[in-house]
Amino acid sequence: MKRRDFLSALGASVGVLTLPNAFAQTAPGTTAAYKKLLILIELKGANDGLNTLVPYTDPAYASLRPNVQIKRDQVLQLSDRFGLHPSLAPLMPMWQSGEMAALMGLGYPQPNLSHFRSIEIWDTASKSNEYLNEGWLARAFAQVAPPKSFLADGVAIGGGNLGPLTNGSRALSIASTEAFLRNARLADPHGRAYNKALQHILRLEGDARFAGSQLKPKTDWKTDFPNHSLGQQVKTAMQVVSASSGVAAVHIGLGSFDTHGGQLGTHQALLTQLAESIATIKRASEELGRWNDTLALTYCEFGRRAKENASGGTDHGTANVQFAFGGAVKGGLKGEFQSLTALTGDGNFIHTADFRSVYATVLNDWWGLPKGTTQSILGGTYPTLGFV
Amino acid sequence: MQSPPSPQASLLRYALSVAAAAIAWALIVSQVNAQAAAPAMGFDEARHLLGRTSFAAQPSEIAEFAKLTRAQAVDRLLAETRRTAAYPAPQWATSYVRIYRPEMSQEERQKAQRREQVERGLELRAWWTAEMLSTPSPLTEKMTLFWHNHFATSQVKVRVAQLMYRQNVLLRQYALGNFGALLREISKDPAMLIYLDGAQNRKGMPNENFAREVMELFTLGEGNYGEQDIKEVARAFSGWSIDLDAGEFRFRRPQHDEGEKTIFGQRGRFNGDDVVTLLLKHEKTAEFIVGKLWLEFVSPEPNRAEINRLAKDFREGGYEIKPLLRAMLLSDEFWMPTHRAVLVKSPVELVIGSLRQFRFEVEDPAPFSVVMRQLGQDLFGPPNVKGWPGGDTWLNTSTLLARKSFLNRLFRVDEMSSPELAGTTAALIDRDLMGERRQRAQTRLALNGGGGSMAGESMMAAGANATPFGVNNQMKGQYHFDANKWFAQYPNESDSSMLWKTLLAGPPVQATELKYDLAGVRAIALDPMYQLK
Repeated sequence: MKRRDFLSALGASVGVLTLPNAFAQTAPGTTAAYKKLLILIELKGANDGLNTLVPYTDPAYASLRPNVQIKRDQVLQLSDRFGLHPSLAPLMPMWQSGEMAALMGLGYPQPNLSHFRSIEIWDTASKSNEYLNEGWLARAFAQVAPPKSFLADGVAIGGGNLGPLTNGSRALSIASTEAFLRNARLADPHGRAYNKALQHILRLEGDARFAGSQLKPKTDWKTDFPNHSLGQQVKTAMQVVSASSGVAAVHIGLGSFDTHGGQLGTHQALLTQLAESIATIKRASEELGRWNDTLALTYCEFGRRAKENASGGTDHGTANVQFAFGGAVKGGLKGEFQSLTALTGDGNFIHTADFRSVYATVLNDWWGLPKGTTQSILGGTYPTLGFV
Repeated sequence: MQSPPSPQASLLRYALSVAAAAIAWALIVSQVNAQAAAPAMGFDEARHLLGRTSFAAQPSEIAEFAKLTRAQAVDRLLAETRRTAAYPAPQWATSYVRIYRPEMSQEERQKAQRREQVERGLELRAWWTAEMLSTPSPLTEKMTLFWHNHFATSQVKVRVAQLMYRQNVLLRQYALGNFGALLREISKDPAMLIYLDGAQNRKGMPNENFAREVMELFTLGEGNYGEQDIKEVARAFSGWSIDLDAGEFRFRRPQHDEGEKTIFGQRGRFNGDDVVTLLLKHEKTAEFIVGKLWLEFVSPEPNRAEINRLAKDFREGGYEIKPLLRAMLLSDEFWMPTHRAVLVKSPVELVIGSLRQFRFEVEDPAPFSVVMRQLGQDLFGPPNVKGWPGGDTWLNTSTLLARKSFLNRLFRVDEMSSPELAGTTAALIDRDLMGERRQRAQTRLALNGGGGSMAGESMMAAGANATPFGVNNQMKGQYHFDANKWFAQYPNESDSSMLWKTLLAGPPVQATELKYDLAGVRAIALDPMYQLK
């Protein structure tokens, strides 16, 4: 409720404010599906997909990116058309063993180029002109609930916002397991909530108290966790996964990819961090014997403008590539890379696949939810992408 | 980073007593002026008004305001507002000197600059924290913070603390002044020109960053302009640049695109000032601003009709903020009992409010700026250009637990020095040094006295809400709560409800059988109701 009202308060206007009908009708149930873990990795600020999965043989690439370019002899070749940014070298073993998929050309009709609105569209799986309150995972968990014994439905690492877990799911925010456990004893859920704000607080108190009683972090890791921001988030995430009674989804994030100027250096550093962290997810999951049950997925609000700008950077764009990793992932290039020459009037790419197809794949093929349920969660039918 | 010298500490104590004196004086004046004919507000309404417009409602203030009518009280509040900070700014902040350091190598120079900016960023936070702790004009600081959140700009990217300071001075100057003038000044503000890449926006080489956000986040709101408008607005602002030697705005005519532009369907050889004029003519601008103020002062549920009514007067009145605030605070919606205790306090309101409410003597404000950061509100460091989302999102399991932990520590004993709080400062320096780029291990070691602590990294890893307690460091953060003196405000101990009625925006949810002692105060502070205003 809050979020929608907030938006309209700010004059955001437009949009149909409805939920899929089936949402209200389906009774929550529990499922064994959520023994399979989803790790979402948000690339905050919008990653430049064109310099991440580089169409290095396409002459159009060099002309769009005369300066903000990954040189042909530097890419890590995946095929005769595409190569990875050199900073992604730690991912190559996964690519070679078929545990990494590139999901190409993702976007949605009538793209919105505002960070904030577009990430909301991705987080809520809404249409461009539709304002939904709940994150897509929150909607999934409302329809098919993870077991009550789970530590939580989902955990957002880093203490930030809940993204796709927003509103309705039993979502925890954890900055570090140590601080969480130290402070959870202060949580007290008793008392009567006579307004929404109090309801919110008492629910958090209850969630924190329960999670505090369930969380017993592993102390004898063989895996080394990188000392950078994302690496430490991975550590916290894996602590949660290893030590808890269960969790369906974990959210971590890295930024800022909003490279309007001086992109090359910043992007290189961020992708290095990303690749090291994903490789660490694999190692830690294997240590837990859970790599085959783990799906790690990147996402962000949009890609960047086809043509570089005059500041050695790139402005906000549209269609983009994302990546999936896991022991059970069907590796390879999935879908169709967007055309580099057929651009919109304002110089943006035209997407070839709807981002909700990624979610449909997760709900249908990863968690095995019925097609009808997936449909009502996503407010429509989207073909799956075959990466799991 | 050395702890500020004790003169500063005594200054802060002095400033606090000045603040108290100013409030007392104002109350006497307003009491004399009170008209017998209009109904007085009474305790509950006075508490509500002060709870929303100041950091903490003191018993004596509530008692005095209770005798005023709503209109008298609101006029009183608005009449007292300052336009400048009372607490002295760090010496470096007031003079802009660009140091070249020609004797150093480029790497040394970068290191020196980086270290300097990190230290100054910390001093800047400490300064604003001190101002908020001691100001006799809390509404000014709340509004300055409101505009800081609205025109969100971060030291992490700007990296020139003097420019962040100047922007803060600007925001305070106009905090309760004229929004149109503020918008005009902000479009030329050097920190903003760096933060949203305006300084890189040149003829033929547009950078759309500022153009987009000035419409989406500063004036119209998303959906009220087109992608083409963004491109044209970017052209209009081309050449809006900075003189780095002076740290001031500079219009570079050769870089300005003099050509015709079409903005909102109107054609003309518009420049940036013309765009501001167009934005101020647009009716969505006032609605957007009023909508945001509504969420800050009235309720989390916007009332469109009321917002549009206030917005119309705001626009037609030439965007004067005080009359708008007056109308909003005197609206029926503001006073509705169902709108009490419905807004979540921001980390700043919680921390500054608690320290002011309980009259803590604070020797060094810096650690408290770090606490606010851990709770999700880093002064001079909003997460992005949209600012802090605020409202219910201030609270998640992580931040709620961190708030309770902070409050619990405050009242654990009636006097304590806090190595834990002090340690946070070192971690802050560490984290900042890493900034947007990868950190240099050497710098970190130098700042940690060679200890090689990884705390900064783990804090960064864990995000803004980590509690890196136990970091080894030489700073001492002292804060002192004089319980005897504080409880003396409540002479009538037989009525224990006065305690929660003063400290809470509504009846406690959990705290019962309260006594006038530390345990009672702690129980109130840990009650869920304490999180609300």
